[in-house]
Amino acid sequence: MATNDPTPRTTPLHAVHTALGANFTDFAGWQMPVRYSSELAEHRAVRTTAGLFDLTHMGEIELTGPGAGAALDHALVGRPSAIGVGRARYSMICAEDGGIIDDLVVYRLAEEHYLVVANASNVAVVAPEVAAGADGYDVEVRDTSEEWALLAVQGPASAAIVAELTELDVPSLRYYAIDAGTVAAPDGAVEVLLARTGYTGEDGFEVYCRPSDAEAVWAALQQAGEPHGLVPAGLACRDTLRLEAGMPLYGHELSRDTTPYEANLGRVVVLDKPDGFVGHEALAKRKEQGPERVLVGLVSTGRRSPRAGYPVVDPATGAEVGEVTSGAPSPTLEKPVAMAYVPPHLAAPGTRVSVLLRGSLEDADVVELPFYTRNR
Amino acid sequence: MSNPTNLQYSAEHEWVALDGDTARVGVTAYAADALGDIVYVDLPAVGDTVTAGQTCGELESTKSVSDLYSPVTGEVVEVNEDVDGDPSLVNSDPFGRGWLLVVKVTATVDLLDAAAYDALLEA
Repeated sequence: MATNDPTPRTTPLHAVHTALGANFTDFAGWQMPVRYSSELAEHRAVRTTAGLFDLTHMGEIELTGPGAGAALDHALVGRPSAIGVGRARYSMICAEDGGIIDDLVVYRLAEEHYLVVANASNVAVVAPEVAAGADGYDVEVRDTSEEWALLAVQGPASAAIVAELTELDVPSLRYYAIDAGTVAAPDGAVEVLLARTGYTGEDGFEVYCRPSDAEAVWAALQQAGEPHGLVPAGLACRDTLRLEAGMPLYGHELSRDTTPYEANLGRVVVLDKPDGFVGHEALAKRKEQGPERVLVGLVSTGRRSPRAGYPVVDPATGAEVGEVTSGAPSPTLEKPVAMAYVPPHLAAPGTRVSVLLRGSLEDADVVELPFYTRNR
Repeated sequence: MSNPTNLQYSAEHEWVALDGDTARVGVTAYAADALGDIVYVDLPAVGDTVTAGQTCGELESTKSVSDLYSPVTGEVVEVNEDVDGDPSLVNSDPFGRGWLLVVKVTATVDLLDAAAYDALLEA
C-alpha cells in the first residue's frame, strides 16, 4: 500500500507549496501542505472569503460502459444508477459484514461514465473492491488517480472567483453537480471538470484537471482569488473546518468496524435495490437491530479539547462507555468541539457526559451535529 | 531560525533565562511553530513546585496538544497571565511576550547552549 512507501509521494503542486512556505506533513503516503502560515487564519479565510486547497492525493476510480450504473449499484450501498448525468452523490462502499471500506463521492459524468472519488488512504483498497463488486457487469473499472490533479476553492467568495475564470454558468451550477469546461489560466484555457462540492461546510468548488495543468489552474485561481481574500489553505484547517461542519473522516468517525448506521449515515444505504449489493445482508440486520453506539457532537464546558481516542465516561456510573473520534478547539465557535461514539442512552442532545481528558474528567454536553451551518 | 545566544535550552524545546536563582521559562520558536496556532496554555499556579524534566502544563493548538516540561526545579513565583488571555503570543513572540513561567530555582540540570540547541534542531 502507498501508505507504507518510505518515500512520500508529492503532488504536481509541490514546488508551488514550497515557494509559498508551506509546512508539510505526511498524509496517507503523500507529502501534503499542513498549513502555509497560520491554520487559524486559513480556517477563518474559508469561513469568510475563500481558501485554495490541493487535494491531488485523493483517489479517482472511473467506470465506463453500459453496465456502469448497475455495477456501482452492486458495489456501493447507494444507487448510483439513479444519479442524474452531471450530478454527484455521497456514498459508501462496505464489506460483506457491513463495515465501511470507504466513504466516497460518486459523480455521473455521462450516461455510461462515472467518477468515484475515494480517500487517499483507501484508494488502493477501494479500486479492487469496486472492480470485484462490478464483476459480471459490462463495465470497465480503472484507477485513474494518476490522471487527475484536484484543487478546491472553498468559501463564500468561491463562486465569484471561479466565475471569473470559466465560461461555465457558475451561478446555475447546483450543489453536488459537475460540468466539463475550461479555466482561463495564464498561458491559455485549461480543460477541467468543475464540481460544486466540498468538505468544509461552505459553498465551494472542486476542480479536476490534468496533473500537467495543475500549476496553471492553481495560479489562475490564486490570482483571481487574491482580491477576494483567497488564501492557500492546508490540511490542518481542512480538519477543523470539516469537524465544525460535522463531516465524518475515514479512520476517525468511519472504519471497517463501523456501519453507516452508527455514523448516522443510514440514509445513504438503499436496502431495497432489486439485485442486492455487497454488505446487504449484514446492513439489513444492523438496521433492524439498531446501533449499539451512535455518533454525537460534544461541546466541552472547559477550555481543553477532547481529542481522538479519549474515553467518554457515563457520569452516572463512572464507566468508560464511548470514545472521542475527532476533537479540536473550534475556531468559529471559540470553544472545544468533538465527535464521539456513545451508547444510545447518552445520545440525546442536552445530555451531559464526561470525557477522560489526559488524566482528568471534564464535562461535555451532547449537541446536534453539525456544530456550524453556513447562512445560505 | 536563530535561537538567542543569551538563553539556555532543554531537549524538549523549552528555553531558560537564568538571573541569579530565578529562571524565566518559555518554549522555543521551533516548538511554537511545530505546534501550530496555540489556542490554550495550561500553566501551573504560583506557589506550585515544578521539577526539571517533569510535565508542568500543556500547550494546545487546533491540531494537537503538547506537554510543557519544566526545564528547572523550584517554586513557580510568576506565571504569564497575558498568554492566558492571548495564547497566540507564544507563536508571535515565543522568546519575549510569550514567556510562560518564572521559577525560583532550587536545583538545575544540564541545559544546552544556543549552539548545542541549534545542532539538535538540525540533527
